Amino acid sequence: MIHARGLKKSFKVKRETVEAVRGIDLDVDPGQLVAFLGPNGAGKSTSLRMLTTLLPPTSGTAVVAGYDIVKDPVEVRRHIGYIGQKNSAGENFRVRDELVTQGCCYGLTRPEARRRADEILDLLSLTHLAKRGSNTLSGGQRRRLDIALGLIHQPRLLFLDEPSTGLDPHSRADIWAHILRLREEHDMTLFLTTHYLEEADNMAERVIVVDHGRVIADGTGEQLKKDLAGDHVTVTLRDHTESARAAEVAARIASAAPEIGADGLTVRVRVPQADIAMAELLRALENADVKALAAESTRPSLDDVFLALTGRSLRESDTPGA
Amino acid sequence: MKVIRDTRTMFIREITPALRQPVGLLFTMGQPLLFLFLFGPLLAGNEMFAAQGEASAWQWFVPGILIMMCITGPMMAGYMLLMELVGGSMERMLVTPMSRTAMMIGRTLKEIALLLVQAVLLIGLALPLGFRLYLPGVLAGLILLVVLGVGLGAFSFALAIASQPGGELFYMVTQAVMFPLILLSGMLLPLDSGPTWLQVLGRINPVSYIVDAERMLFAGTYANPSVLYGSAAALLIAAVGVTIGTRSMRRGI
Repeated sequence: MIHARGLKKSFKVKRETVEAVRGIDLDVDPGQLVAFLGPNGAGKSTSLRMLTTLLPPTSGTAVVAGYDIVKDPVEVRRHIGYIGQKNSAGENFRVRDELVTQGCCYGLTRPEARRRADEILDLLSLTHLAKRGSNTLSGGQRRRLDIALGLIHQPRLLFLDEPSTGLDPHSRADIWAHILRLREEHDMTLFLTTHYLEEADNMAERVIVVDHGRVIADGTGEQLKKDLAGDHVTVTLRDHTESARAAEVAARIASAAPEIGADGLTVRVRVPQADIAMAELLRALENADVKALAAESTRPSLDDVFLALTGRSLRESDTPGA
Repeated sequence: MKVIRDTRTMFIREITPALRQPVGLLFTMGQPLLFLFLFGPLLAGNEMFAAQGEASAWQWFVPGILIMMCITGPMMAGYMLLMELVGGSMERMLVTPMSRTAMMIGRTLKEIALLLVQAVLLIGLALPLGFRLYLPGVLAGLILLVVLGVGLGAFSFALAIASQPGGELFYMVTQAVMFPLILLSGMLLPLDSGPTWLQVLGRINPVSYIVDAERMLFAGTYANPSVLYGSAAALLIAAVGVTIGTRSMRRGI
């Protein structure tokens, strides 16, 4: 569905060249749900804008939905759907009017576009809002309208730029329910950008982590967490001698050297599978006559993956202005 | 043809909200009428026109007002575009296969359509005041208006695109350009009575040639050099505007 090679984009900002995307290679198969994850300014949206023909790349090529983004942008546009970061409906326009216009933009005749608009209004539970101005809708309703506009021509490939940013948790869940259902029904390939870890983790079958305009990791969420961050077991001991002995014991079952905490009383060890390892470690400590005061097992998040890759936390680098 | 169909789509999209809100439309339409009724009588009563009779003031004033509408209306088209660029609706349409040129023409045509209705309304209301209608001249004058409107509309689109994302540039330039263009064209008051430097500035302003031409045409005079200069000025503005507008639309937003 998507094949990109060496995609680059640089901008001139006040005579300085900013390299927003520094060479991205990408292959997405039909039917995948892929999340592009990274902090603000990582080049996610710029990449997406190149793939959707909104921005010509500085260099590199990409074939999207079977067409070259530079040589054949109109065909690419015909075959993809795009839901941008901002609201897609014009402020002064009525909900249904915008959907009919959108249908006509894709070459439907006016009667066809009207029929399709009514269909999609129903599909996204917007029928009762058809005659309202888009500027009178709530955030969640506007987002549903954005999805309706992106799906009017039933694309096989849908791009979503930060689909749930700025929504309350309830609306976010609602939007996702709609997206996933439509994907199921129409066998769509979804490509989305997000800076929400949970979203990438829970929804995407494949996570591509980007930072500073480059892909730094690519795989299923589980795989990335297992390979790059891993499970950990932490035990708390009574004193420094005990923790030194505990570290020796832990080294036997660990997949990496155990770390002793700054206070000298905790031992943290990376293991293949935390729940099993914890029972095993506690038994081994018991046998070695070491008393563990507390034990904790932690499974990694995608943030740990990002931390392991870049030395920064995605949450920290996500503060406003970063 | 695709471009024509897309232009139609865009035109219908743009004109629909106006048609759906007739009250708002009435107010937009009404504004030039304020000039006609609140400013026009000042001219008609002025000694400048008194010698030639009151009707001559209307003959002089109506074409000027039309050109003024033609400057403010299409300039606002850029403002609407800017709003859509700042929001996401323009981006959404740019990802559809719709022709970029059609997006621009469709928007301009909406302004032109409103402009022509306003013009007819204005002329109709000026008739009982003593305005004399030379139909071929008025029709030619309206064509001149359309040409100027297309050019200015395209300019304002290009400006809107260049003003992203904040839009400050748009406000700065329109404010800085619009009023001098209007004031230095003699469309509201004759420049002849002003000091020489003001008259020189007026001669530099291309719009003043168009105003002169429009007045000639509305007076039923066709074979006059002013008509030629005015048409040339309007065509020049249109050609440069459309070239710049289309280029900035293509270059990506």
